[in-house]
Amino acid sequence: MSRGLTPSQTIGPFYWGTLVNAYRCDLARPGMPGERIEIVLKLHDVEGAIVADGLFEIWQANSHGRYNHPDDRRNLALDAGFEGYGRASTFTDGCARFGTVKPGRVPWPEGGLQAPHINISLFARGVLNRLATRLYFEGDAALAEDPVLKMIEPARRDTLIAKRDTQGAWHLPIHLGGPKETVFFDV
Amino acid sequence: MKEETYRRPTAGQHPPNLSPDYKSTTGRSPRKPAIALPHTLSEITGPLLAAERLDAGEADLTRQRMAEPLGERIIVQGRVLDEDGKSVANALVEIWQCNAAGRYHHPGDQHDAPLDPNFYGGGRVRADGEGKYRFVTIKPGAYPWKNHHNAWRPAHIHFSLFGPAFATRLITQMYFPDDPLLAFDPIYNSVPAAARERLQAAFDMDLTQPEWALGYRFDIVLRGRNATPME
Repeated sequence: MSRGLTPSQTIGPFYWGTLVNAYRCDLARPGMPGERIEIVLKLHDVEGAIVADGLFEIWQANSHGRYNHPDDRRNLALDAGFEGYGRASTFTDGCARFGTVKPGRVPWPEGGLQAPHINISLFARGVLNRLATRLYFEGDAALAEDPVLKMIEPARRDTLIAKRDTQGAWHLPIHLGGPKETVFFDV
Repeated sequence: MKEETYRRPTAGQHPPNLSPDYKSTTGRSPRKPAIALPHTLSEITGPLLAAERLDAGEADLTRQRMAEPLGERIIVQGRVLDEDGKSVANALVEIWQCNAAGRYHHPGDQHDAPLDPNFYGGGRVRADGEGKYRFVTIKPGAYPWKNHHNAWRPAHIHFSLFGPAFATRLITQMYFPDDPLLAFDPIYNSVPAAARERLQAAFDMDLTQPEWALGYRFDIVLRGRNATPME
């Protein structure tokens, strides 16, 4: 039996306080194995202006590169209390912040490994379909061999690569359009 | 390693990102085509929120405050399925909506309509093993917005579904059948004509409970898995 997909619609401006009554912006309790990191995602519209009503979700593997999901059947450790999912909306500064651990590498279907990355979903008023992108880490030795980055024209790869500030937080601006338009993926 | 993957939506099922009649899309839609990612573990896994503890009261939006909210009590029931008609068992279903007067419990909603102290407007439920879910709520009101002159949103309930994978994440809106405002709503009409009626719930007399509440049925269809696993 074939059924038609339910079409997507915008999240609208009024989800806060009802859909989201508690952010999941801290994914890793103290002592979680791995390198503790802070991520700051800053959302811009096509003109470069800040978007203060967007919702980001992140999904990632743990520090061993294992997703907390039954379809990841590899013999790698799961860490108690680490789901790998977070959700936070942007504030008046356009930023959503997450605390987590740096994910390990996960395999590429044709062999080899992907560079460490965090999967990102983005929802906002004026955004009719979930937008999917990825965050990579500047300076990671695996970036040069990442098969997803290789699919992207070199001039646009930087839109996916977070940079570290002097306090150690990883920053990734997300541009919905314009000259710095982020690479979005059809997943 | 063999992994199951998810089918790509064919054209005409989802709205285009740039839908100029919905004015906010102009400044917020990517112009470059999305890059098709092969389905790796990153895309075929996703949050199941299986450890999430849900209070039974979260499925009844009429019993979250001291007294019952004003409005027309309704039951919204349906199944979470995939394109092959298979149940998405234990799916977390999240909803949010405005009150019967058309006002959201949100500081940014400045519509000149009353807040209802007995209505908050958020609900969650976990579908059962057959993907069946059920909410009790009140029918949301229509409300004006500033998209164009005399613009009104038809009554709708927002739905959020995760499904089994990052690839299946969906946020959508459920509308009510035969609402005259649907014809004028650029958000509803952003969906291609052949698919947009899927967003309308069906009035269902069998779900309707005598002396108590009207019943609406709304099934949600998420992406199906590919029949042949990728090598």
